[in-house]
Amino acid sequence: MATGQGVGARLIRKEDDRLMRGRGQFVADLRFAGMQDVAFVRSPLAHARIRGIAAPQSPSDAVFTGPDLLGVKPIRAVSGLRGFKVSEQPALATDKVRFVGELVAMCVAPTRAQAEDIAGSVTLDLEELPAVHDMLAARNPGSELVHDHWADNVFLETFVDVDIGKALDAPIKVTREIRTARQCMAPIEGRGVVALWDTRLEQLTLYSACQMPHIVRTGLAGCLGLEEAQVRIIAPDVGGGFGYKGILLAEEVCLGWLAMHRGHPVRWIEDRREHLTAGANCREHYYRITGYADRDGRLIGIDCEATVDSGAYSSYPFSACLEAAQVASILPGPYDFPAFRCRTYSVATNKCPILPYRGVARTGVCFALELLLDAIAREAGVEPHEVRAKILVRPEQMPFDNITNKHFDSGDYPQSLRRALASIDIDAVRTRQRRGEPDGRLIGVGLSIYCEQAAHGTSVYYGWGIPMVPGYEQATARVTPDGGLELRVGVHSHGQGLETTLAQVAHEILGIDVARIRVVHGDTAMTPYSTGTWGSRCMVMAGGAVSTACKEIAKRAIKVGAQLLQTDADSVTVRAGEVVGPQGSISLGEIARTWYLKPQNLPNDVDPGGLEATIGYKPVRDSGTFSYATHAALVAVDPEIGDVEILDYVIVEDGGKLVNPMIVDGQIYGGFAQGIGTALYEEMPFDQSGQPLASTFADYLLPGPTEVPAPRLDHMETLAPYTEFGVKGIGEGGAIAPPAAIVNAVNDALQRLGVELLHSPVTPRRILTAIAQAGRSTT
Amino acid sequence: VKPVRFDYERPSDLATALTLGTRDDVVVKFLAGGQSLGPMLNLRLVQPDLLVDITAIAELKQVEESADGITIGSCITHADIEDGRVPDVTRGALRTVAAGIAYRAVRNRGTIGGSIVHADPSADWLSALAALGASAIARSGQVDRKIPIEIFMLGVFESSLKPGEVVTAIHVPRLSHAARWGYYKACRKTGEFAHAIGAFVRDPARSVCRAVIGATGAGPIVLTDAEGLFTHTNGTAAVINVDLLRATMSARGLTDPIDQQVHLAVLRRAIAQADGS
Repeated sequence: MATGQGVGARLIRKEDDRLMRGRGQFVADLRFAGMQDVAFVRSPLAHARIRGIAAPQSPSDAVFTGPDLLGVKPIRAVSGLRGFKVSEQPALATDKVRFVGELVAMCVAPTRAQAEDIAGSVTLDLEELPAVHDMLAARNPGSELVHDHWADNVFLETFVDVDIGKALDAPIKVTREIRTARQCMAPIEGRGVVALWDTRLEQLTLYSACQMPHIVRTGLAGCLGLEEAQVRIIAPDVGGGFGYKGILLAEEVCLGWLAMHRGHPVRWIEDRREHLTAGANCREHYYRITGYADRDGRLIGIDCEATVDSGAYSSYPFSACLEAAQVASILPGPYDFPAFRCRTYSVATNKCPILPYRGVARTGVCFALELLLDAIAREAGVEPHEVRAKILVRPEQMPFDNITNKHFDSGDYPQSLRRALASIDIDAVRTRQRRGEPDGRLIGVGLSIYCEQAAHGTSVYYGWGIPMVPGYEQATARVTPDGGLELRVGVHSHGQGLETTLAQVAHEILGIDVARIRVVHGDTAMTPYSTGTWGSRCMVMAGGAVSTACKEIAKRAIKVGAQLLQTDADSVTVRAGEVVGPQGSISLGEIARTWYLKPQNLPNDVDPGGLEATIGYKPVRDSGTFSYATHAALVAVDPEIGDVEILDYVIVEDGGKLVNPMIVDGQIYGGFAQGIGTALYEEMPFDQSGQPLASTFADYLLPGPTEVPAPRLDHMETLAPYTEFGVKGIGEGGAIAPPAAIVNAVNDALQRLGVELLHSPVTPRRILTAIAQAGRSTT
Repeated sequence: VKPVRFDYERPSDLATALTLGTRDDVVVKFLAGGQSLGPMLNLRLVQPDLLVDITAIAELKQVEESADGITIGSCITHADIEDGRVPDVTRGALRTVAAGIAYRAVRNRGTIGGSIVHADPSADWLSALAALGASAIARSGQVDRKIPIEIFMLGVFESSLKPGEVVTAIHVPRLSHAARWGYYKACRKTGEFAHAIGAFVRDPARSVCRAVIGATGAGPIVLTDAEGLFTHTNGTAAVINVDLLRATMSARGLTDPIDQQVHLAVLRRAIAQADGS
């Protein structure tokens, strides 16, 4: 319907009217009578036995430790994969502390400052144990154990071998050790919780800055021993999630218990130091990876051992093994080659838990694979793009099942590479490189190609056996008596623009003006169950559910409308918010008024469900949509002080049908910024005692506006064959490819100095150290 | 991160501030913009009993220009200098340095006096003012004393101020017409604290040639007679005596060869800027 508001329209985001005017309502904006603030006493040590906790005598009933939380169960996120070892994270540590920042005691007072005063007067008697801080050493026999009853520190080991024997005799064999730094996700808004106990409903209402409210409810009810109906989770406006807000927090469990115990509202607002040092980390991968190739650089096989530092506990619901186990299945990327072997380890250490960050394992996998392909190209003496062109999955192979049985739904990957090369003008770059730069800097070009499996459902997730397996996604569509439309969805929008794009989907079906469509989300009492917002799934799953529910509404409206138009249902259609017959039409508003206020005019065989429908939806195949992109970076490296400047950046992306191309561009810009952070700036270092060394944004560097140039975007649009409208998930791709593209570009620039960087982020220190070492080894 | 409870005074005259500053029954901190002190309070790294905000004192916001230079009140903000509300006696050096400090939001409130008293090794003013040959004017009771910037900072977050002493102004000498300067800092992103600072001023008419290696992790290394650094090749391109500089840095505790390389590079760039200005 070409009304300019439906699927494909570049509509201004509805939610921005309140968000851009400061009218959003976040957890920290909430005020309730009698509300008190919580500050936590957190472990100052990475690994220690708790010998005692001494709390001040006054004020009374203000400090709580583990034993006070009677009946509260620890957080358990178990995977059904064979050999997975179970960790139990107590809401407040009891026998041992296992990472710096772990909750030890909870202090409550009328203000946060006073609560911090009390927290400051609590003294801990800790017996320090050696910290398990290095995930590789942690795998060794005899290592100190994070969990005393385990035989080693490995949450899970996985292994896959597909014909690696076919590759071992290849003429080119390139082995590299590749690492990605541990990172924090750093959404603009941190976590935050307000908990209230409603004595009339016997219900805990917990406001939380989270992205998966229904999952939090299930997990929280389990820990607190409540019926799920006794827990209501409300996620109001949330300032970015990225995965950080996709878990059940020990803080949520503590606050829920405290609200019940004290009987008045309590709140905890995460501060930035808590976020950086204690919240959760992501991305720390180590790869020992070998590529086998023909003399011309054609990849034959990959043999890899991957280790992921999972931190101390398995987080609910994604578990400690999702990241590493995923590595084994997605490492082949968008490429077709015959031999593959991969062993992975999810290792427990004395660090805060790891969570899936935008892109999850893909960013690390893409980094390892794409750096390896460039190393193979150098070994073979061919251009990096030639190595890729030989093995990219081709359009005529679609749909294509790759070496790890990933089902590629559609696309033209080689075309995205060709367009990116033309756009970055690879020949001109090579000429310019030979000429040299007047300022003495060295320039280089780097490529990175990825595919992003999104909205993968039951068939993919049941195999992990984690607490959450997505099934049918439900949406409720409800016509109001005045002809407006409410959409109720269990996913959450915290920057994705779903209040706009889901309205666009509904508009596409019913033609109701998007200004009259409200998307209700973020409240378990108001929305159908959903696993929530993760895995780039919302547009495919919730979009599909909204579309399906709206079609059901259309069907019902047609029956009523046809009766009122005195014609038969086969001769009418729904268009532009009206039921249109051969002679005349009637608005959905009029039909709604009839249903709600003048039921005497309804047909006898009217659907008693009325103008409200809750319907579940799954794509025709739930193995996931595959969006993809080629990224090309042009950088200049200052070899004296180690600075990297991004001179040009091209992204050629295919996300299937784009519901709102402007929002997709925004998703790519935001992901790109985070990718630059991974490539050049962000790192959470730990010392040998397991102390996190970046506790403010002066130490943990995020790229700012001047560090993020505008990438040049080019869209392709290959429809997904299995989804409504042919949409694909695109939420994470922007953050997946930049580290590989940028570091490949840096390596291209520094190739003449004999330098190859294999550790993100490529900081000035790493660049200068590598140049100095290369200089020493060649002289 | 919320500060401990403290009292707050915002006197409008310097005498009251000085009196409050000499109280020995409580821990007193002066607040002159709060762009560093604010976060330190929130992190509870500083836990004063009394905070004396000196930004309402008119005397500390005065600027006096004279033949030999300019005296800038300590509560003049970086933005005041960046925007040209302070007369320029340094051929644009102060304005350029001011415009590169942190972010605009910080420059709107952060003050020149607050910055030097805070004595952060990475701060721009300590290095830049040392290169310009500036001095801090500190008052205690009725007495003023003038402290050359190159000896003002004793160590990390430690200035040479005595208890109860307040920096009232910074005196910056006027550069002569033919003077040249350069300022270059290495930082990974806009607004980040510098990892290395190079500052250079050459004013032959006043027989001044000063070079500064800043952001060393301690006080800036100030070469007050920097002519000795150069081996002149035929009067044109000057070559720096790298060995001498490396030895100087090593002697001051900056021993890491890569740190030294970056500090040398930024100084070289500052000198090149001066040559080209």
